[in-house]
Amino acid sequence: MTHLPEPALRAYASPRGGLAAGATWTVEAHLETCSDCRVALSAVLDDVAPDTARLIGLVGERLATGLDIEPATRRRRRFGRWRRWLTPAMAPALQVTVLVIITALALDALDTALDVGFPSLLLLIAPVAPLAAVAAAWAPGLDPAHELVASSPRAGLDLVLRRTLVVLAVVVPVLAIAGMFTGLSPALWLLPCLALTVGALALGPVLGPARASLAVVGLWAIAVVSPSLVLREPPSVLDPANLPAWVAALAAAGAILAIRRRAYVRAGGF
Amino acid sequence: MVRAVDPAETTPTPFAWAVHAEGLVVKAGKRVAVDHLDLRLGDGIHGLLGPNGAGKTTLVRALATVLKPVEGSLEVLGHDLTDHTDLRPLRRTIGYLPQEFGFYRRFTLREFVEYIAWLKEVPASEIPAAAQRAIDRVGLADRADHRMKTLSGGMVRRAGIAQAIINDPRVLLLDEPTAGLDPDQRLDFRALLRTLAADTCVLVSTHLVEDVAAACSDVILLDEGRLVFSGTPADLAEAGGTESSEAGGDSATERGYSSIMRAHREMG
Repeated sequence: MTHLPEPALRAYASPRGGLAAGATWTVEAHLETCSDCRVALSAVLDDVAPDTARLIGLVGERLATGLDIEPATRRRRRFGRWRRWLTPAMAPALQVTVLVIITALALDALDTALDVGFPSLLLLIAPVAPLAAVAAAWAPGLDPAHELVASSPRAGLDLVLRRTLVVLAVVVPVLAIAGMFTGLSPALWLLPCLALTVGALALGPVLGPARASLAVVGLWAIAVVSPSLVLREPPSVLDPANLPAWVAALAAAGAILAIRRRAYVRAGGF
Repeated sequence: MVRAVDPAETTPTPFAWAVHAEGLVVKAGKRVAVDHLDLRLGDGIHGLLGPNGAGKTTLVRALATVLKPVEGSLEVLGHDLTDHTDLRPLRRTIGYLPQEFGFYRRFTLREFVEYIAWLKEVPASEIPAAAQRAIDRVGLADRADHRMKTLSGGMVRRAGIAQAIINDPRVLLLDEPTAGLDPDQRLDFRALLRTLAADTCVLVSTHLVEDVAAACSDVILLDEGRLVFSGTPADLAEAGGTESSEAGGDSATERGYSSIMRAHREMG
């Protein structure tokens, strides 16, 4: 930013009025936005126009004694950084998710106590646990302000990923803590969990975000959870030997999502 | 003191109309709700009138960049909405109050307006002041720190207007902004509208003919997705003037509205 030269400030401050009307406007317009030049102006004022300087000093004194000095904006006057991350849209879904995890944990404990021999329910639900809240991050029916969000400049994959991260930041630690009670290693479910989450987001542009999550959960329930419960053995897809396949799935889903990212610029439901 | 002039204010606009549609077709779900509509809107307050199901909300949603036009051309502030352009710069300059204004019940009014300001990419350092200004303008300063769920219906509507004007929009789209307001609040709302209209293109969708007569610089009448009438409120009043006895309605504007609608329907 260029600043006002001192001669211009002196001419402006001079009581004889050394500036043309147009130039005065330019100086004033600049002074309004530039505190450096206001300081420079007050520095030359004593010299150029002692009467004006005295008058301003007097007004300043009067105001200082007459006004309640406490600034009107002493309350929190910053837009908190954390609020860009937290959105109440996902809160109800997150509450339900945490409840489901706790229920699964309780059933696992019961299973161990009675020695029934079912596979860990916690392990079975962990890979799809974030999906309900992920759907709520970008869905007309689940986010009450979706119409506003979808018409805003921030709408897009960035925002969806930001909200998804919030969901994962809640769900993954809850799963990990629950797993500590039953001795379930996060290594078994973390990668599948990420892959299915990104997979649901990648399916979003095709099916709509809510239906995409529902489809993944449904498929998971039919193809993995039911057989595992019927056969009473842990699902083979979650076997550590299959981790490379999950890495590939995560990469593929990420690639599809990157290609289809423009779909998230318009309202959900597409 | 002279106001500092932003360079953006003095740059010539690269478009003739704030909103320019030609042969615009927009679908609401599978139904064609806006049917080959031609529309040109400049600055000022434009009233969008029409019966329920006329396509008002669909048109507003298309202008708000939420719905993508199926056919025809649609330009808002010179940005083409029918191709794959980046919507971001345009969205920063649009204010939008949806018909079904959804909000976060647990946020305070200030938190909600500030969150919308962030969504609209208002610079973070300006957000608190901008939120305060928007809340002041709709007369809710004393409720700023109340939770959204404690606000009455009329206040929620005004909160909706506050979030719509938070980014000093060039195009302001208000879908049924006066629904749920009492007569006094509607007067206040009209006064607020007039303060906005100086360098803004405001489109107010409403089913209340009186709102249009009192506050709008011109009127657009929509039926079954087609433009039926476009002119000043005085033109609309004139249209019903001659047949006051048979057309329904208590005021000249209402009579004009019903006689135009009937004439349009008879023509098929």
